[in-house]
Amino acid sequence: MPRLVRGAGHFVMSNISSERVPAFDSHWLPWLLVLPQLLITLVFFIWPAAQAVWQSFLMEDAFGLSTEFVGLENYQLLFTDPGYYKTLWTTVIFSAGVTALSMGLSLTLAVMADQVVRGAQVYKTLLIWPYAVAPAIAGVLWLFMFHPTVGVLAYLLDQLGYEWNHFLNGDQAMLLVIIASAWKQISYNFLFFLAGLQAIPRSLHEAAAIDGAGPLRRFITITFPLLSPTTFFLLVINVVYAFFETFGVIHAVTQGGPGDATRTLVYNVYDDGFVGLDLGGSAAQSVVLMLLVGALTVVQFRYVERRVQY
Amino acid sequence: MVENRFWLNLISHGVLALGVLLVAFPIWIAFVASTYPAQALVTGTVPLWPGDQLLENFGRVLGTGSDSSVGVSVALMLFNSLVMALGIALGKIAISVLAAYAIVFFRFPLRMFCFWLIFMTLMLPVEVRIIPTFQVVADLGMLNSYTGLTLPLIASATATFLLRQFFMTVPPELAEAARVDGAGPIRFLIDILLPLSRTNLAALFVIMFIYGWNQYLWPLLITTSEDYYTVVMGIQRMLAVGDGEVAWNEVMPTTLLALLPPVGVVLMMQRLFVKGLIETEK
Repeated sequence: MPRLVRGAGHFVMSNISSERVPAFDSHWLPWLLVLPQLLITLVFFIWPAAQAVWQSFLMEDAFGLSTEFVGLENYQLLFTDPGYYKTLWTTVIFSAGVTALSMGLSLTLAVMADQVVRGAQVYKTLLIWPYAVAPAIAGVLWLFMFHPTVGVLAYLLDQLGYEWNHFLNGDQAMLLVIIASAWKQISYNFLFFLAGLQAIPRSLHEAAAIDGAGPLRRFITITFPLLSPTTFFLLVINVVYAFFETFGVIHAVTQGGPGDATRTLVYNVYDDGFVGLDLGGSAAQSVVLMLLVGALTVVQFRYVERRVQY
Repeated sequence: MVENRFWLNLISHGVLALGVLLVAFPIWIAFVASTYPAQALVTGTVPLWPGDQLLENFGRVLGTGSDSSVGVSVALMLFNSLVMALGIALGKIAISVLAAYAIVFFRFPLRMFCFWLIFMTLMLPVEVRIIPTFQVVADLGMLNSYTGLTLPLIASATATFLLRQFFMTVPPELAEAARVDGAGPIRFLIDILLPLSRTNLAALFVIMFIYGWNQYLWPLLITTSEDYYTVVMGIQRMLAVGDGEVAWNEVMPTTLLALLPPVGVVLMMQRLFVKGLIETEK
Protein backbone atom coordinates (compact mmCIF):
# COMPACT_ATOMS: atom_id res chain seq x y z
CA MET A 1 0.00 0.00 0.00
CA PRO A 2 2.65 2.61 0.81
CA ARG A 3 4.04 2.06 -2.65
CA LEU A 4 0.72 3.11 -4.08
CA VAL A 5 0.46 6.18 -1.93
CA ARG A 6 3.17 8.10 -3.58
CA GLY A 7 3.21 10.93 -5.96
CA ALA A 8 4.47 12.26 -9.19
CA GLY A 9 7.62 13.40 -7.46
CA HIS A 10 9.01 10.00 -6.94
CA PHE A 11 8.89 8.81 -10.47
CA VAL A 12 9.94 12.14 -11.86
CA MET A 13 13.10 12.01 -9.80
CA SER A 14 13.86 8.31 -9.96
CA ASN A 15 12.96 7.47 -13.53
CA ILE A 16 14.42 10.51 -15.10
CA SER A 17 17.66 8.77 -15.89
CA SER A 18 16.33 5.32 -16.66
CA GLU A 19 16.49 5.52 -20.42
CA ARG A 20 14.82 2.86 -22.41
CA VAL A 21 15.43 1.88 -25.97
CA PRO A 22 13.18 3.95 -28.21
CA ALA A 23 10.45 1.81 -29.68
CA PHE A 24 9.92 3.86 -32.79
CA ASP A 25 12.07 5.99 -34.99
CA SER A 26 10.79 9.20 -36.45
CA HIS A 27 12.17 12.70 -36.66
CA TRP A 28 8.93 14.60 -36.89
CA LEU A 29 6.22 12.43 -35.28
CA PRO A 30 7.25 12.87 -31.62
CA TRP A 31 7.32 16.64 -32.10
CA LEU A 32 3.87 16.53 -33.56
CA LEU A 33 2.69 14.49 -30.58
CA VAL A 34 4.01 16.81 -27.88
CA LEU A 35 3.08 19.93 -29.81
CA PRO A 36 -0.50 20.42 -28.47
CA GLN A 37 0.58 20.08 -24.86
CA LEU A 38 3.61 22.31 -25.42
CA LEU A 39 1.63 25.00 -27.22
CA ILE A 40 -0.98 25.25 -24.48
CA THR A 41 1.69 25.22 -21.80
CA LEU A 42 3.62 28.01 -23.52
CA VAL A 43 0.66 30.19 -24.48
CA PHE A 44 -1.45 29.89 -21.33
CA PHE A 45 1.09 29.12 -18.61
CA ILE A 46 4.67 30.13 -19.34
CA TRP A 47 3.93 33.30 -21.32
CA PRO A 48 1.44 34.75 -18.78
CA ALA A 49 3.82 33.89 -15.96
CA ALA A 50 6.62 35.72 -17.77
CA GLN A 51 4.23 38.63 -18.34
CA ALA A 52 3.45 38.75 -14.64
CA VAL A 53 7.15 39.01 -13.86
CA TRP A 54 7.58 41.78 -16.47
CA GLN A 55 4.50 43.70 -15.33
CA SER A 56 5.71 43.62 -11.76
CA PHE A 57 8.51 45.97 -12.86
CA LEU A 58 6.11 48.41 -14.51
CA MET A 59 3.78 51.03 -13.15
CA GLU A 60 0.85 52.79 -14.76
CA ASP A 61 -0.02 56.39 -14.06
CA ALA A 62 -3.29 57.19 -12.32
CA PHE A 63 -5.24 57.39 -15.58
CA GLY A 64 -3.77 54.28 -17.14
CA LEU A 65 -2.43 56.35 -20.03
CA SER A 66 1.24 55.60 -19.79
CA THR A 67 3.39 52.90 -18.32
CA GLU A 68 6.93 53.20 -17.13
CA PHE A 69 9.62 50.86 -15.93
CA VAL A 70 10.04 51.31 -12.20
CA GLY A 71 12.33 48.44 -11.25
CA LEU A 72 11.56 47.04 -7.86
CA GLU A 73 9.25 49.84 -6.77
CA ASN A 74 6.11 47.65 -6.84
CA TYR A 75 7.85 45.20 -4.55
CA GLN A 76 9.01 48.02 -2.32
CA LEU A 77 5.46 49.32 -2.03
CA LEU A 78 4.17 45.82 -1.41
CA PHE A 79 6.60 45.00 1.38
CA THR A 80 6.14 48.33 3.13
CA ASP A 81 2.35 48.04 3.00
CA PRO A 82 0.97 47.03 6.40
CA GLY A 83 -2.20 45.87 4.64
CA TYR A 84 -0.23 43.20 2.79
CA TYR A 85 1.22 41.81 5.99
CA LYS A 86 -2.25 41.76 7.45
CA THR A 87 -3.45 39.78 4.42
CA LEU A 88 -0.52 37.42 4.85
CA TRP A 89 -1.38 36.93 8.51
CA THR A 90 -5.07 36.37 7.67
CA THR A 91 -4.00 33.70 5.17
CA VAL A 92 -1.80 32.00 7.75
CA ILE A 93 -4.61 31.92 10.32
CA PHE A 94 -7.07 30.70 7.73
CA SER A 95 -4.74 27.95 6.45
CA ALA A 96 -3.83 26.82 9.95
CA GLY A 97 -7.51 26.66 10.87
CA VAL A 98 -8.55 24.73 7.77
CA THR A 99 -5.61 22.31 8.04
CA ALA A 100 -5.99 21.62 11.76
CA LEU A 101 -9.77 21.24 11.69
CA SER A 102 -9.92 19.10 8.60
CA MET A 103 -6.94 16.87 9.42
CA GLY A 104 -8.03 16.46 13.04
CA LEU A 105 -11.52 15.29 12.09
CA SER A 106 -10.26 13.09 9.27
CA LEU A 107 -7.64 11.40 11.41
CA THR A 108 -10.20 10.65 14.13
CA LEU A 109 -12.62 9.20 11.59
CA ALA A 110 -9.91 7.23 9.79
CA VAL A 111 -8.63 5.68 13.03
CA MET A 112 -12.17 4.63 13.88
CA ALA A 113 -12.82 3.26 10.40
CA ASP A 114 -9.56 1.30 10.56
CA GLN A 115 -10.71 -0.25 13.83
CA VAL A 116 -14.23 -1.39 13.06
CA VAL A 117 -14.53 -5.02 12.15
CA ARG A 118 -17.38 -4.52 9.73
CA GLY A 119 -18.65 -1.64 7.67
CA ALA A 120 -15.43 0.27 6.96
CA GLN A 121 -16.26 0.29 3.25
CA VAL A 122 -19.72 1.73 3.88
CA TYR A 123 -18.31 4.54 6.00
CA LYS A 124 -15.74 5.22 3.32
CA THR A 125 -18.47 5.64 0.71
CA LEU A 126 -20.44 7.94 3.02
CA LEU A 127 -17.42 10.11 3.79
CA ILE A 128 -15.65 10.60 0.47
CA TRP A 129 -18.30 12.38 -1.58
CA PRO A 130 -17.70 15.97 -0.31
CA TYR A 131 -14.45 15.86 -2.26
CA ALA A 132 -16.56 16.39 -5.38
CA VAL A 133 -18.29 19.50 -4.03
CA ALA A 134 -16.79 22.73 -5.36
CA PRO A 135 -15.33 25.01 -2.66
CA ALA A 136 -17.73 27.79 -3.63
CA ILE A 137 -20.71 25.43 -3.32
CA ALA A 138 -19.47 24.24 0.08
CA GLY A 139 -19.30 27.89 1.04
CA VAL A 140 -22.90 28.52 0.00
CA LEU A 141 -24.13 25.46 1.94
CA TRP A 142 -22.49 26.63 5.16
CA LEU A 143 -23.42 30.25 4.55
CA PHE A 144 -27.06 29.20 4.50
CA MET A 145 -26.76 27.33 7.80
CA PHE A 146 -24.97 30.20 9.51
CA HIS A 147 -27.02 32.99 7.93
CA PRO A 148 -27.96 35.37 10.78
CA THR A 149 -31.61 35.65 9.74
CA VAL A 150 -32.45 32.29 8.18
CA GLY A 151 -29.70 29.89 9.25
CA VAL A 152 -30.38 26.81 11.36
CA LEU A 153 -27.10 26.99 13.22
CA ALA A 154 -27.26 30.75 13.73
CA TYR A 155 -30.73 30.21 15.20
CA LEU A 156 -29.44 27.45 17.45
CA LEU A 157 -26.57 29.64 18.66
CA ASP A 158 -29.02 32.43 19.27
CA GLN A 159 -31.12 30.13 21.47
CA LEU A 160 -27.98 29.32 23.41
CA GLY A 161 -27.45 33.01 23.99
CA TYR A 162 -24.65 33.50 21.48
CA GLU A 163 -25.19 36.15 18.88
CA TRP A 164 -23.96 35.08 15.46
CA ASN A 165 -23.61 37.58 12.64
CA HIS A 166 -20.65 36.98 10.38
CA PHE A 167 -21.64 39.95 8.23
CA LEU A 168 -20.52 42.20 11.09
CA ASN A 169 -18.15 40.08 13.13
CA GLY A 170 -14.81 39.40 11.43
CA ASP A 171 -13.83 36.50 13.67
CA GLN A 172 -17.11 34.76 12.98
CA ALA A 173 -16.68 35.31 9.24
CA MET A 174 -13.23 33.74 9.46
CA LEU A 175 -14.63 30.78 11.38
CA LEU A 176 -17.36 30.32 8.78
CA VAL A 177 -14.97 30.17 5.79
CA ILE A 178 -12.65 27.88 7.76
CA ILE A 179 -15.50 25.45 8.53
CA ALA A 180 -16.78 25.45 4.95
CA SER A 181 -13.30 24.90 3.50
CA ALA A 182 -12.40 22.20 6.03
CA TRP A 183 -15.67 20.32 5.48
CA LYS A 184 -14.89 19.83 1.81
CA GLN A 185 -11.36 18.64 2.54
CA ILE A 186 -12.31 15.96 5.09
CA SER A 187 -12.79 13.37 2.32
CA TYR A 188 -9.35 13.75 0.86
CA ASN A 189 -7.59 13.58 4.21
CA PHE A 190 -9.75 10.66 5.33
CA LEU A 191 -8.88 8.59 2.26
CA PHE A 192 -5.14 9.12 2.65
CA PHE A 193 -5.14 8.62 6.42
CA LEU A 194 -7.11 5.40 6.02
CA ALA A 195 -4.72 4.13 3.34
CA GLY A 196 -1.80 5.00 5.61
CA LEU A 197 -3.38 3.26 8.59
CA GLN A 198 -4.16 0.12 6.64
CA ALA A 199 -0.53 -0.08 5.58
CA ILE A 200 0.60 -0.46 9.21
CA PRO A 201 1.05 -4.20 9.93
CA ARG A 202 -1.57 -5.62 12.28
CA SER A 203 1.08 -7.68 14.04
CA LEU A 204 2.60 -4.52 15.55
CA HIS A 205 -0.69 -3.70 17.25
CA GLU A 206 -1.19 -7.23 18.41
CA ALA A 207 2.29 -7.48 19.89
CA ALA A 208 1.77 -4.21 21.77
CA ALA A 209 -1.66 -5.33 22.97
CA ILE A 210 -0.21 -8.57 24.30
CA ASP A 211 2.41 -6.52 26.12
CA GLY A 212 -0.44 -4.69 27.80
CA ALA A 213 -0.62 -1.41 25.85
CA GLY A 214 -4.15 0.01 25.66
CA PRO A 215 -5.71 1.48 22.50
CA LEU A 216 -4.68 5.08 23.27
CA ARG A 217 -1.12 4.14 24.10
CA ARG A 218 -0.89 2.03 20.97
CA PHE A 219 -2.06 5.01 18.93
CA ILE A 220 0.52 7.34 20.46
CA THR A 221 3.50 5.01 20.36
CA ILE A 222 2.84 2.99 17.21
CA THR A 223 0.18 4.35 14.90
CA PHE A 224 0.96 8.04 14.98
CA PRO A 225 4.74 7.75 14.41
CA LEU A 226 4.25 5.26 11.58
CA LEU A 227 1.65 7.54 10.07
CA SER A 228 3.90 10.60 10.09
CA PRO A 229 4.85 10.42 6.39
CA THR A 230 1.16 10.52 5.46
CA THR A 231 0.55 13.30 7.96
CA PHE A 232 3.35 15.41 6.56
CA PHE A 233 2.24 14.85 3.00
CA LEU A 234 -1.30 15.88 3.90
CA LEU A 235 0.00 18.91 5.76
CA VAL A 236 1.58 20.20 2.56
CA ILE A 237 -1.47 19.35 0.44
CA ASN A 238 -3.81 21.08 2.90
CA VAL A 239 -1.73 24.23 3.07
CA VAL A 240 -1.67 24.39 -0.74
CA TYR A 241 -5.43 23.82 -0.76
CA ALA A 242 -6.10 26.53 1.81
CA PHE A 243 -3.80 29.02 0.10
CA PHE A 244 -4.86 28.57 -3.49
CA GLU A 245 -8.03 26.56 -3.93
CA THR A 246 -10.36 28.25 -1.47
CA PHE A 247 -10.80 31.42 -3.49
CA GLY A 248 -14.35 30.30 -4.31
CA VAL A 249 -15.31 30.06 -0.65
CA ILE A 250 -14.02 33.53 0.16
CA HIS A 251 -15.42 35.15 -2.96
CA ALA A 252 -18.88 33.61 -2.72
CA VAL A 253 -19.34 33.87 1.05
CA THR A 254 -17.56 36.92 2.45
CA GLN A 255 -15.94 38.84 -0.42
CA GLY A 256 -12.96 39.24 1.86
CA GLY A 257 -15.01 41.02 4.50
CA PRO A 258 -16.29 42.24 6.84
CA GLY A 259 -13.60 44.88 6.58
CA ASP A 260 -10.59 42.85 5.51
CA ALA A 261 -11.19 40.05 8.00
CA THR A 262 -11.15 37.22 5.45
CA ARG A 263 -8.99 38.80 2.76
CA THR A 264 -6.46 36.12 1.81
CA LEU A 265 -3.44 36.48 -0.49
CA VAL A 266 -5.16 35.03 -3.55
CA TYR A 267 -8.31 37.07 -2.98
CA ASN A 268 -6.10 40.14 -2.66
CA VAL A 269 -4.38 39.50 -6.01
CA TYR A 270 -7.76 39.12 -7.67
CA ASP A 271 -9.25 42.17 -6.01
CA ASP A 272 -6.26 44.48 -6.53
CA GLY A 273 -5.68 43.41 -10.11
CA PHE A 274 -9.01 42.44 -11.60
CA VAL A 275 -11.28 44.74 -9.66
CA GLY A 276 -8.94 47.52 -8.53
CA LEU A 277 -6.88 47.46 -11.78
CA ASP A 278 -3.56 47.99 -10.01
CA LEU A 279 -1.70 45.87 -12.55
CA GLY A 280 1.85 46.40 -11.30
CA GLY A 281 0.96 45.76 -7.67
CA SER A 282 -1.10 42.72 -8.53
CA ALA A 283 1.70 41.36 -10.73
CA ALA A 284 4.22 41.78 -7.91
CA GLN A 285 1.88 39.84 -5.62
CA SER A 286 1.52 37.17 -8.31
CA VAL A 287 5.29 36.76 -8.45
CA VAL A 288 5.44 36.39 -4.66
CA LEU A 289 2.74 33.70 -4.89
CA MET A 290 4.62 31.91 -7.68
CA LEU A 291 7.69 31.69 -5.48
CA LEU A 292 5.50 30.34 -2.71
CA VAL A 293 3.91 27.63 -4.90
CA GLY A 294 7.35 26.77 -6.25
CA ALA A 295 8.71 26.35 -2.72
CA LEU A 296 5.72 24.24 -1.66
CA THR A 297 6.05 22.05 -4.75
CA VAL A 298 9.72 21.47 -4.06
CA VAL A 299 8.97 20.55 -0.42
CA GLN A 300 6.25 18.18 -1.57
CA PHE A 301 8.45 16.44 -4.11
CA ARG A 302 11.55 16.17 -2.01
CA TYR A 303 9.49 14.68 0.74
CA VAL A 304 7.78 12.18 -1.54
CA GLU A 305 11.24 10.88 -2.39
CA ARG A 306 11.99 10.12 1.24
CA ARG A 307 8.72 8.66 2.36
CA VAL A 308 9.19 5.54 0.25
CA GLN A 309 11.79 4.27 2.70
CA TYR A 310 9.46 3.43 5.53
CA MET B 1 -6.87 -9.10 19.38
CA VAL B 2 -6.42 -10.07 22.99
CA GLU B 3 -8.77 -7.61 24.60
CA ASN B 4 -12.53 -7.29 24.58
CA ARG B 5 -13.28 -5.20 21.55
CA PHE B 6 -16.95 -4.67 22.21
CA TRP B 7 -16.72 -1.17 23.66
CA LEU B 8 -13.98 -0.09 21.30
CA ASN B 9 -16.12 -1.19 18.40
CA LEU B 10 -19.18 0.57 19.74
CA ILE B 11 -17.33 3.85 20.25
CA SER B 12 -15.83 3.59 16.78
CA HIS B 13 -19.22 3.10 15.16
CA GLY B 14 -20.64 5.94 17.23
CA VAL B 15 -17.93 8.39 16.19
CA LEU B 16 -18.17 7.32 12.55
CA ALA B 17 -21.94 7.72 12.51
CA LEU B 18 -21.51 11.17 13.99
CA GLY B 19 -18.96 11.99 11.31
CA VAL B 20 -21.24 10.80 8.53
CA LEU B 21 -24.07 12.92 9.93
CA LEU B 22 -21.84 15.97 10.25
CA VAL B 23 -20.71 15.59 6.66
CA ALA B 24 -24.24 15.04 5.34
CA PHE B 25 -26.02 17.65 7.47
CA PRO B 26 -25.53 20.63 5.09
CA ILE B 27 -27.02 18.60 2.23
CA TRP B 28 -30.08 17.72 4.31
CA ILE B 29 -30.64 21.35 5.20
CA ALA B 30 -30.23 22.39 1.58
CA PHE B 31 -32.69 19.72 0.55
CA VAL B 32 -35.23 20.81 3.15
CA ALA B 33 -34.89 24.44 2.13
CA SER B 34 -35.54 23.40 -1.47
CA THR B 35 -38.97 22.15 -0.52
CA TYR B 36 -40.46 25.36 0.90
CA PRO B 37 -41.89 28.52 -0.61
CA ALA B 38 -39.80 31.67 -0.27
CA GLN B 39 -41.68 33.24 2.62
CA ALA B 40 -41.28 30.13 4.81
CA LEU B 41 -37.52 30.68 4.79
CA VAL B 42 -37.33 34.32 5.81
CA THR B 43 -39.34 34.16 9.00
CA GLY B 44 -36.39 33.19 11.16
CA THR B 45 -36.86 29.53 12.01
CA VAL B 46 -35.83 27.08 9.36
CA PRO B 47 -37.83 23.86 9.33
CA LEU B 48 -35.93 20.59 9.66
CA TRP B 49 -38.46 18.48 7.81
CA PRO B 50 -39.25 18.77 4.06
CA GLY B 51 -42.25 20.71 2.81
CA ASP B 52 -44.24 20.21 -0.37
CA GLN B 53 -42.71 22.68 -2.84
CA LEU B 54 -39.84 20.49 -4.07
CA LEU B 55 -40.98 20.10 -7.68
CA GLU B 56 -42.13 23.71 -7.94
CA ASN B 57 -38.76 25.05 -6.79
CA PHE B 58 -36.69 22.77 -8.99
CA GLY B 59 -39.02 23.39 -11.90
CA ARG B 60 -38.69 27.14 -11.50
CA VAL B 61 -34.88 27.26 -11.35
CA LEU B 62 -34.51 24.82 -14.24
CA GLY B 63 -37.08 26.56 -16.38
CA THR B 64 -37.02 30.15 -17.54
CA GLY B 65 -39.48 31.37 -14.93
CA SER B 66 -36.75 32.14 -12.41
CA ASP B 67 -36.89 35.66 -11.02
CA SER B 68 -33.41 35.46 -9.54
CA SER B 69 -30.75 38.05 -10.25
CA VAL B 70 -29.16 35.93 -12.97
CA GLY B 71 -30.87 36.35 -16.28
CA VAL B 72 -30.38 32.80 -17.52
CA SER B 73 -31.91 29.54 -16.38
CA VAL B 74 -29.99 27.11 -14.23
CA ALA B 75 -30.50 24.54 -16.99
CA LEU B 76 -28.28 26.61 -19.28
CA MET B 77 -25.68 27.05 -16.54
CA LEU B 78 -25.67 23.29 -15.97
CA PHE B 79 -25.20 22.75 -19.69
CA ASN B 80 -22.27 25.19 -19.71
CA SER B 81 -20.73 23.39 -16.74
CA LEU B 82 -21.11 20.07 -18.53
CA VAL B 83 -19.44 21.40 -21.67
CA MET B 84 -16.61 22.84 -19.60
CA ALA B 85 -16.11 19.70 -17.51
CA LEU B 86 -16.18 17.33 -20.49
CA GLY B 87 -14.04 19.64 -22.60
CA ILE B 88 -11.40 19.93 -19.90
CA ALA B 89 -11.42 16.24 -18.96
CA LEU B 90 -11.26 14.93 -22.53
CA GLY B 91 -8.88 17.66 -23.66
CA LYS B 92 -6.45 17.01 -20.83
CA ILE B 93 -6.50 13.28 -21.48
CA ALA B 94 -6.09 13.64 -25.24
CA ILE B 95 -3.08 15.93 -25.23
CA SER B 96 -1.50 14.16 -22.27
CA VAL B 97 -1.73 10.76 -23.93
CA LEU B 98 0.03 12.13 -27.00
CA ALA B 99 2.73 13.91 -25.00
CA ALA B 100 3.41 10.95 -22.71
CA TYR B 101 3.51 8.62 -25.72
CA ALA B 102 6.10 10.79 -27.44
CA ILE B 103 8.25 11.07 -24.33
CA VAL B 104 8.27 7.35 -23.54
CA PHE B 105 8.34 5.71 -26.95
CA PHE B 106 10.52 8.09 -28.96
CA ARG B 107 13.89 9.76 -28.72
CA PHE B 108 14.09 13.32 -29.94
CA PRO B 109 16.15 16.39 -29.24
CA LEU B 110 14.95 18.48 -26.27
CA ARG B 111 12.84 15.57 -25.05
CA MET B 112 13.68 16.23 -21.41
CA PHE B 113 13.32 19.95 -21.91
CA CYS B 114 9.73 19.37 -23.08
CA PHE B 115 9.15 17.20 -20.06
CA TRP B 116 10.30 19.85 -17.61
CA LEU B 117 8.37 22.55 -19.41
CA ILE B 118 5.20 20.54 -18.88
CA PHE B 119 6.28 19.99 -15.29
CA MET B 120 6.38 23.78 -14.76
CA THR B 121 2.60 24.00 -15.14
CA LEU B 122 2.31 22.37 -11.72
CA MET B 123 3.86 25.47 -10.22
CA LEU B 124 1.67 27.93 -12.09
CA PRO B 125 -1.98 27.58 -11.11
CA VAL B 126 -4.38 30.22 -12.49
CA GLU B 127 -4.47 31.85 -9.07
CA VAL B 128 -0.91 33.16 -9.37
CA ARG B 129 -1.18 34.60 -12.88
CA ILE B 130 -4.70 35.98 -13.04
CA ILE B 131 -4.29 39.21 -15.00
CA PRO B 132 -1.77 38.15 -17.68
CA THR B 133 -3.67 34.96 -18.45
CA PHE B 134 -6.84 36.98 -18.80
CA GLN B 135 -5.00 39.32 -21.18
CA VAL B 136 -3.78 36.44 -23.36
CA VAL B 137 -7.28 34.99 -23.59
CA ALA B 138 -8.73 38.43 -24.32
CA ASP B 139 -6.13 39.04 -27.06
CA LEU B 140 -7.05 35.72 -28.65
CA GLY B 141 -10.71 36.75 -28.65
CA MET B 142 -11.73 33.85 -26.44
CA LEU B 143 -13.67 35.71 -23.75
CA ASN B 144 -17.26 34.48 -23.46
CA SER B 145 -16.73 31.29 -25.41
CA TYR B 146 -16.54 27.58 -24.75
CA THR B 147 -13.02 27.58 -26.17
CA GLY B 148 -12.02 30.16 -23.60
CA LEU B 149 -13.58 28.14 -20.80
CA THR B 150 -11.76 24.93 -21.69
CA LEU B 151 -8.65 25.34 -23.85
CA PRO B 152 -6.47 27.36 -21.44
CA LEU B 153 -6.99 24.79 -18.69
CA ILE B 154 -6.22 21.58 -20.56
CA ALA B 155 -2.46 21.51 -20.16
CA SER B 156 -1.83 18.84 -17.54
CA ALA B 157 1.40 17.86 -15.90
CA THR B 158 -0.45 15.45 -13.62
CA ALA B 159 -2.05 13.48 -16.44
CA THR B 160 1.14 13.47 -18.49
CA PHE B 161 3.16 12.14 -15.52
CA LEU B 162 0.63 9.47 -14.64
CA LEU B 163 0.42 8.22 -18.21
CA ARG B 164 4.17 8.38 -18.63
CA GLN B 165 4.56 6.24 -15.53
CA PHE B 166 2.05 3.75 -16.86
CA PHE B 167 3.54 3.65 -20.35
CA MET B 168 6.93 2.86 -18.86
CA THR B 169 5.54 -0.33 -17.35
CA VAL B 170 4.53 -1.54 -20.81
CA PRO B 171 7.24 -3.97 -21.94
CA PRO B 172 9.27 -2.59 -24.88
CA GLU B 173 8.97 -6.03 -26.48
CA LEU B 174 5.30 -5.28 -27.10
CA ALA B 175 6.16 -2.32 -29.30
CA GLU B 176 8.93 -4.38 -30.87
CA ALA B 177 6.45 -7.16 -31.73
CA ALA B 178 3.97 -4.67 -33.12
CA ARG B 179 6.67 -3.17 -35.31
CA VAL B 180 7.78 -6.57 -36.60
CA ASP B 181 4.17 -7.28 -37.50
CA GLY B 182 4.13 -4.10 -39.52
CA ALA B 183 2.20 -1.77 -37.20
CA GLY B 184 3.24 1.86 -37.24
CA PRO B 185 3.48 4.04 -34.14
CA ILE B 186 -0.03 5.47 -34.50
CA ARG B 187 -1.54 2.02 -34.94
CA PHE B 188 0.37 0.75 -31.89
CA LEU B 189 -0.97 3.66 -29.84
CA ILE B 190 -4.59 3.15 -30.88
CA ASP B 191 -4.82 -0.63 -31.04
CA ILE B 192 -2.54 -1.70 -28.22
CA LEU B 193 -1.51 1.06 -25.83
CA LEU B 194 -4.85 2.81 -25.34
CA PRO B 195 -6.83 -0.40 -24.68
CA LEU B 196 -4.14 -1.37 -22.17
CA SER B 197 -4.46 1.95 -20.33
CA ARG B 198 -8.23 2.16 -20.22
CA THR B 199 -8.47 1.79 -16.42
CA ASN B 200 -5.94 4.58 -15.96
CA LEU B 201 -7.71 6.74 -18.51
CA ALA B 202 -11.06 6.20 -16.79
CA ALA B 203 -9.61 7.05 -13.37
CA LEU B 204 -8.04 10.19 -14.82
CA PHE B 205 -11.32 11.10 -16.45
CA VAL B 206 -13.18 10.95 -13.12
CA ILE B 207 -10.67 13.24 -11.40
CA MET B 208 -10.45 15.67 -14.31
CA PHE B 209 -14.22 15.84 -14.75
CA ILE B 210 -14.59 16.92 -11.13
CA TYR B 211 -11.74 19.39 -11.55
CA GLY B 212 -13.39 20.91 -14.63
CA TRP B 213 -16.89 21.04 -13.20
CA ASN B 214 -15.71 22.76 -10.03
CA GLN B 215 -13.73 25.57 -11.67
CA TYR B 216 -14.69 28.91 -10.17
CA LEU B 217 -12.07 31.61 -10.66
CA TRP B 218 -11.55 30.93 -14.36
CA PRO B 219 -15.18 31.28 -15.51
CA LEU B 220 -15.46 34.28 -13.18
CA LEU B 221 -12.60 35.96 -15.04
CA ILE B 222 -13.48 35.29 -18.63
CA THR B 223 -17.28 35.37 -18.75
CA THR B 224 -19.12 38.65 -18.75
CA SER B 225 -22.06 37.34 -20.73
CA GLU B 226 -24.52 35.39 -18.61
CA ASP B 227 -24.97 32.95 -21.48
CA TYR B 228 -21.62 31.42 -20.58
CA TYR B 229 -21.99 31.29 -16.81
CA THR B 230 -21.26 27.92 -15.26
CA VAL B 231 -23.43 26.85 -12.37
CA VAL B 232 -20.65 26.76 -9.76
CA MET B 233 -19.68 30.32 -10.56
CA GLY B 234 -23.16 31.64 -11.41
CA ILE B 235 -24.59 30.78 -8.02
CA GLN B 236 -22.58 33.56 -6.43
CA ARG B 237 -24.60 36.03 -8.50
CA MET B 238 -27.81 34.72 -6.97
CA LEU B 239 -26.44 35.65 -3.55
CA ALA B 240 -25.33 39.12 -4.54
CA VAL B 241 -28.67 40.86 -4.37
CA GLY B 242 -27.50 43.82 -2.32
CA ASP B 243 -30.03 44.73 0.34
CA GLY B 244 -32.78 42.52 -1.09
CA GLU B 245 -33.75 39.13 0.25
CA VAL B 246 -31.83 36.20 -1.13
CA ALA B 247 -34.23 33.73 -2.73
CA TRP B 248 -33.02 30.78 -0.69
CA ASN B 249 -35.70 28.49 -2.03
CA GLU B 250 -34.05 28.98 -5.42
CA VAL B 251 -30.43 29.16 -4.32
CA MET B 252 -30.61 25.84 -2.46
CA PRO B 253 -32.06 23.78 -5.34
CA THR B 254 -29.39 25.34 -7.56
CA THR B 255 -26.72 24.36 -5.03
CA LEU B 256 -27.95 20.77 -5.07
CA LEU B 257 -28.04 20.71 -8.86
CA ALA B 258 -24.50 22.09 -8.95
CA LEU B 259 -23.07 19.43 -6.67
CA LEU B 260 -25.08 16.44 -7.87
CA PRO B 261 -23.20 15.63 -11.11
CA PRO B 262 -19.66 15.49 -9.64
CA VAL B 263 -20.86 13.78 -6.44
CA GLY B 264 -22.77 11.28 -8.56
CA VAL B 265 -19.64 10.53 -10.56
CA VAL B 266 -17.68 9.91 -7.35
CA LEU B 267 -20.30 7.63 -5.84
CA MET B 268 -20.95 5.65 -9.01
CA MET B 269 -17.30 5.24 -9.90
CA GLN B 270 -15.87 5.05 -6.43
CA ARG B 271 -13.18 2.52 -7.23
CA LEU B 272 -11.90 4.49 -10.21
CA PHE B 273 -12.15 7.71 -8.23
CA VAL B 274 -10.01 6.43 -5.36
CA LYS B 275 -7.50 5.00 -7.82
CA GLY B 276 -7.34 8.29 -9.68
CA LEU B 277 -7.03 10.35 -6.53
CA ILE B 278 -4.26 8.28 -5.02
CA GLU B 279 -2.28 8.00 -8.23
CA THR B 280 -2.52 11.57 -9.41
CA GLU B 281 -2.09 13.02 -5.93
CA LYS B 282 -2.10 16.42 -7.59
